[in-house]
Amino acid sequence: MSIFGRKEKTNQPPISAMTQNITFNRRSLLLGGSQAAIGMLLAGRMTYIAVAENERYQVLAESNRVNLSLIPPRRGWIVDRNGKPLANNKADFRVDIIPNRLPENAQTVNRLAELLDLPKEDVERINSELEDAAGFQPVAVASGLTYDQFAAINVRLPDLPGIAPQQGFSRQYPAGAAVGHLLGYVGIANAKEYEAEKIPLLVTPGFKLGKDGLEKQFEQTLRGEPGAKRVEVTARGKIVRELETRPDTPGEAVQLTIDADLQRYAGRRLGPESGSVIVMDCLTGDILCLASMPSFDPNSFSDGIGVDEYAMLREDDHIPLRNKSLVGLYPPGSTVKPMNVLGFMKAGIDPEETVVCRGGLRVGSRFFRCHSTHGTVNLNRAVAKSCDAYFYYFAQRTGMDSVADMMRQHGLGAEYDLPVNNQFYGTVPDPAWLKRKYKRRWTSADTANASIGQGYVLTNPLQLTVMTSRIASGRELTPNLLVSTRKKQQPAMQIDPEHLEIARAAMRDVVHGGGTARRAALPIPNIEVAGKTGTAQVVSLTRGDGRNVPWKFRDHGLFVAFAPYDNPRYACTVVIEHGGGSGAAYPVARDVLTFMFDRQKAEDAIRPLEQAWGGTIEERMAKQFNRFQANKAAAAAEAEAAAAAGQSGDTQDGDDATPDDDAAQQG
Amino acid sequence: MLALIPAPIRNQSWFTIILLICMAGFGGIVLYSAAGGSLSPWAGLHIGRFSVFFVMAIIISYLPEELFKFASLPVYVIILLMLLGVEILGQVSGGSQRWLSLGFMRIQPSELMKPAVVLAVARFYDVLPRSDIRGFGAIWPLFVLMGMPAALVLLQPDLGTTITICVGAVTVAFLAGLPMRLFVGAGIAGAIAVPLAYIFALEPYQQRRVATFLNPEDDPLGSGYHITQSKIAIGSGGIDGKGFLNGSQSHLDYLPEGHTDFVFATMAEEWGLIGGFVVIFGFFLLMRWGWNLAIKAPTRFQKLSAGGLTMTIFLYAAINLMMVMGLAPVVGIPLPFLSHGGSSMLTVMICVGVLMSIDRQTRAKPQTGLSGSYFS
Repeated sequence: MSIFGRKEKTNQPPISAMTQNITFNRRSLLLGGSQAAIGMLLAGRMTYIAVAENERYQVLAESNRVNLSLIPPRRGWIVDRNGKPLANNKADFRVDIIPNRLPENAQTVNRLAELLDLPKEDVERINSELEDAAGFQPVAVASGLTYDQFAAINVRLPDLPGIAPQQGFSRQYPAGAAVGHLLGYVGIANAKEYEAEKIPLLVTPGFKLGKDGLEKQFEQTLRGEPGAKRVEVTARGKIVRELETRPDTPGEAVQLTIDADLQRYAGRRLGPESGSVIVMDCLTGDILCLASMPSFDPNSFSDGIGVDEYAMLREDDHIPLRNKSLVGLYPPGSTVKPMNVLGFMKAGIDPEETVVCRGGLRVGSRFFRCHSTHGTVNLNRAVAKSCDAYFYYFAQRTGMDSVADMMRQHGLGAEYDLPVNNQFYGTVPDPAWLKRKYKRRWTSADTANASIGQGYVLTNPLQLTVMTSRIASGRELTPNLLVSTRKKQQPAMQIDPEHLEIARAAMRDVVHGGGTARRAALPIPNIEVAGKTGTAQVVSLTRGDGRNVPWKFRDHGLFVAFAPYDNPRYACTVVIEHGGGSGAAYPVARDVLTFMFDRQKAEDAIRPLEQAWGGTIEERMAKQFNRFQANKAAAAAEAEAAAAAGQSGDTQDGDDATPDDDAAQQG
Repeated sequence: MLALIPAPIRNQSWFTIILLICMAGFGGIVLYSAAGGSLSPWAGLHIGRFSVFFVMAIIISYLPEELFKFASLPVYVIILLMLLGVEILGQVSGGSQRWLSLGFMRIQPSELMKPAVVLAVARFYDVLPRSDIRGFGAIWPLFVLMGMPAALVLLQPDLGTTITICVGAVTVAFLAGLPMRLFVGAGIAGAIAVPLAYIFALEPYQQRRVATFLNPEDDPLGSGYHITQSKIAIGSGGIDGKGFLNGSQSHLDYLPEGHTDFVFATMAEEWGLIGGFVVIFGFFLLMRWGWNLAIKAPTRFQKLSAGGLTMTIFLYAAINLMMVMGLAPVVGIPLPFLSHGGSSMLTVMICVGVLMSIDRQTRAKPQTGLSGSYFS
């Protein structure tokens, strides 16, 4: 009780109206005074913020108001040896989504799909990319919009947070799929790339970097310097007005040794086959053509490829995502024979010495078969007719090391200094290698196999081209893709020029001397082709003859050639995967070489072929895609029907069941 | 001269009326700018509401003291029941709800409770025998009158309004003459209880607000964003401001709630320190008028009411200004006469109406005796 002061009550004066009033007034004064003090405090605080800290807050307000946004630089062109663009830029209206500014994905994406009339496939891709997106990383919605579509988005921008419409440039590859593997493609930086190179440009909407091929190799050259735009923005990122702009510095062009027209022609000429065509200049080592088909269209990759289109590429057994020119490894087969005879001659074998081919040759305890019975063959005939027995015999005499040495001298098993992401350099086997790799002693059978380019020998098509160019030129040519890195003079090979002449003459006779590739002769008078056919077994001959078997068991067809024979200028390799033999390859080489000398004739040759195949590359790819989608839809419908059938099947079972079960089902 | 003017016109609290019209008008100008130079959606409505509530305040000013005395407790009980109703409705519908819909308008009972609790407590001390002021009987009814609405509002949960209700009631008790040591003791107890309340009584979002207030830069994009952006707006305005319609913070939406709780920052960005001083001086004049009334008022009920209502208006302004200047946590209390918002303006104008009624009756029946004005 004492806390309420009852005890002291008697000590205090009695409370009168007057004392109460005095208390009231004093306390009013106290409260009013306190309020005034708080008011003074507030005024002081405000003075401090607005005067003492004015400068700091002005800077902060300004940095709120003004947003520095980057303008993605125009990417440098990739041009061919004649300055013709292989990759350039086209002005473009595009729309991206900035995932971390997007409130409700589905709604905005659906809204956009409606406005832009996006196909379902694109919506699926956008949604799946949004799920994976790292927040800052823009997701491409659509590019190549019409002005009306672009305007429609811009008008509705306040209702579409997180959407970034942009007028910029997009990458364009005029030759489409024919340059897919060579150039690669560009795309929006992924999280890993941003981690590696943490600059704001990488997450600027509309910016794309090289993802594959030369686009990736020359990323820094092609990229250029971004421009900058100072804009006044609202807190939600909406641009109110532009303040000032610094233009971008376009990236530098990269000039390739590729001939754009040839590259495109070679891609077309491969038709529906899976294979590679390479053409090299025998004077400089310039790679004029590095085609690999089927391929992907870098234009659609660069725009953000659809789920279905990517699935189609991935599921295709012709492997359009693999650059067969560089990472396709094949047993070179008989194409190594002109090189091997150089080895024999170097080891002292007389080119006129003969072997009798009786459909093969006994080596040690095994009989090695030849594809035909050639009778008596000398060097020239052995190459022209591609007689295996000759090679079995002389390889035994000279030994594997002399064969392997010659292979290495011709650039097999080597990795070339080229601006490419990946090259598989294959195998040049020899006893030491076999011991290292398989812990096994080299046998005469291994030598016999290697002598005809089978067994452990593996090469990529570019290596075969280098081999051919070295035989043709007698110089140690190295392949070159860039005009700027072209070597002036390349050293002569350590091979007797007479031997080379003999080998070249034998290659000429393959085409013009009644050899295995008579149909490879050019339809141009006075230009002779020298070549060599090759057939690489995919499976053992016991499974069939390599022709009348399922596609993936068929033999690879190869052909290496150079022309003109008397003054070698171009070396060419054609590899047709599972082509069923060299007959699939040399017509392609013929037409491609024809193109080098007479474009009109080459064009005349390809037109009926393309008609038979069902159109140009683009038309066929479009058809394939439609088929793929139709199949997918059919499969889905079938699965649904099967599921429905399964259910009705259950009902069927139910009919046979006990009446109780029946009743239960009806219930 | 004055006699020529008819009595109904002459007999108004003209100084206050002009002051309020100026402040609300200035509020309209600021809201006009906040909307990017447009009467809609805020400025027009603000002026319209002020006009309606102003008329209401004038009508209240004609009500006799007896009616306030008579109605104070029943009105308090009705509003208390409404608070309870809101709480039950909220529980039933499964969400926090603060208003009751009357069809044509929404009523926020917690707002109405602010003047109601002041009048109820004033009425209690008015009827309490003078000699009982030092007894226990002077204290527990205060806790009942204050505690019930405070608890209900805290449940909503609305910390800012709870504080206003409690401080309003305690102010009246303080003025009524409760022993000083009770307040000193309560102050010490509060200093101990506040940290405990922070830990146990506050919702996580309220705790966050307090933590943010203590260190806004820790969370520049979260709840500290409000305070940071508000300080940027005030600070960048400087002495004379960026000029009417030129505030980038408000116009580009960096300042959140620039038309309601942070209207002062919107104003300060464009009108600078000068505008800020004008507003603070306006509130000073209003408070001075209130305290003068409290001291001059003829009856105890009027004195206590005037003091409590003045404190209620002050709390709005003070908490709001402390909040926008980073001296208090973001509790969501608008600035009277400037902020856009119906409920709070209704409350403030009820307070003003009651004060004007006291003013009218004071002028008619001046207090005799000892007291004089401490503030004039």
